[in-house]
Amino acid sequence: MTIKQISIFVQNKQGRLAEIIDILGKNNINICALSIADTTDFGILRVIVDEPDKAEQVLKEAGLAVTITSVIAVGIDDNPGGLAKPLHILSAKSVTIEYVYAFVSKSDHKAYVIIKVDDKDKAIEALIANNVPVMKHEELNRWL
Amino acid sequence: MEHIKIENRFWDREMETLSRKEIEKIQLERLQAIVKYCYERVPFYTKRLDDAGVKPEDIRALEDIERIPPTTKADLTANYPYGLFAVPRKEVVRIHASSGTTGKPTVVGYTRKDLDTWSECVARVATMAGATDEDVAQISFGYGLFTGALGLHYGLEKIGASVVPISSGNTEKQVMVMKDFGTTALIATPSYGLYMTEVARDMGIKREDLKLRLGIFGSEGCTPEMRAQIEENIGIFVSDNYGMSELIGPGVSGECLYREGLHFAEDHFLPEIVDPDTLERKAHGEKGELIVTTLTKQAFPLLRYRTKDITRLNYETCKCGRTHARMDKTTGRSDDMLKIKGVNVFPSQIESVIMGLDKISPHYQLIVRREGFSDTLEVVVELADASVLERYSELEALQKQVRSKLHVVLGLDTKVSLVEPRTIERFQGKAKRIVDLRKK
Repeated sequence: MTIKQISIFVQNKQGRLAEIIDILGKNNINICALSIADTTDFGILRVIVDEPDKAEQVLKEAGLAVTITSVIAVGIDDNPGGLAKPLHILSAKSVTIEYVYAFVSKSDHKAYVIIKVDDKDKAIEALIANNVPVMKHEELNRWL
Repeated sequence: MEHIKIENRFWDREMETLSRKEIEKIQLERLQAIVKYCYERVPFYTKRLDDAGVKPEDIRALEDIERIPPTTKADLTANYPYGLFAVPRKEVVRIHASSGTTGKPTVVGYTRKDLDTWSECVARVATMAGATDEDVAQISFGYGLFTGALGLHYGLEKIGASVVPISSGNTEKQVMVMKDFGTTALIATPSYGLYMTEVARDMGIKREDLKLRLGIFGSEGCTPEMRAQIEENIGIFVSDNYGMSELIGPGVSGECLYREGLHFAEDHFLPEIVDPDTLERKAHGEKGELIVTTLTKQAFPLLRYRTKDITRLNYETCKCGRTHARMDKTTGRSDDMLKIKGVNVFPSQIESVIMGLDKISPHYQLIVRREGFSDTLEVVVELADASVLERYSELEALQKQVRSKLHVVLGLDTKVSLVEPRTIERFQGKAKRIVDLRKK
């Protein structure tokens, strides 16, 4: 029930992000969602792509520090208060959220959030029990 | 990891195991001769000794050497290029020069006998490092004016090893030769040796594809931590040796299999330890600047040359049986020492911290800046383990860990910058790790 997220170490240098994104583009890898956390010196670029294993391989070949992390993707109602529902469910179960980022799917115009939690099994169980749709990796292509 | 077994061998067992008394007897005879030789043949020394009121016949005991003023790098520069040669140029059969990062290089010459002495000294160092006539020795030092490559070359040929004079550069070819030629001994700087192990791994070369068993490293310091890292990467026995072109090149001292100090060739080089500020002689076992007198060189003899290297000497007989003095691995040249906010920092201290951490690569760069009236040190390290990218906090924790370990060792706050893998420059000769932006 988790999907693969690619985390890439990026130095804060002009043009560096474009170079990295170029590597994915040249290898025909499509990015569905992306987030970047940064300080003045470096950042971690996180992306959800259609072919995570291939992405990991080409980025590693380019010499980058890359790792694959399991994250949860949930569908939410695209209206006020939509995001609050899954967050309350997780908080009620004492699941800690490490980071969240959102995107809108092209195909069904629904909103999705990527959530990284400390205990993903407990999180998935709670979300499903409360009828929040949790994406499987196979469903990824639907978003594109 | 299978362990490489190194046998305790001697090149010249009798000389290398003489009693202290016998060593000192040889040293005194040779010292008296070389002081007279310099006084009579080199105008610079005639004047130096006259100015100090010392005559060659005043040297009656080894301690009398202290009456001779030390020779410095500045003296060598002032007499560029041939001013300190003690023989007519006709008798000089080889000329080398030190790289000289600033200004003119230091030029040194060798007579035919000097070349013999040199290969004799290197033969001892190579033998104590475990090399034999069975070895295929790949010399990955740059050939040329630099003494490292040719010094090891002649010494290893002397012991009967098969020498592969590949020189430095083209690392993939180096690795191919290492594999195809069945190289058993690698001669390089430790940082280049380390880089080669990385390239070999990238090329998909496995340990069992290589016959490599020895790493005979020199030309730059190698901390025990860096040695451990290389040994872990590739499973070879790594030893360190020491020398400098002014004294002869490599062959001045080297490690035996016990690696508890570098054995001097005391019958050719007379070492002393002095306080670098007052130049006063330090007691046995105390740390200070190494000063060396060449006892047997003909073309370019030096009396009490200030090496700028900080070390100490141990006169106890080594477990290997050698009686000649051992010097500690140098903590670094007093020239390389950085003074930051009044704190003395040796790059080797930083290296020992970096080598001990496993989520960063062994390569690093030091950037010194002046901000206002205060100096700052930035230590640039490469991220090697991508698993810390799981959480931002882990990445920050890694940065903090490096910083706090450096603080413990240096007593100084540093800025630690994490950079992408393989972005710090690799060096094929002496690594240039310091970028000092304070200089005008």
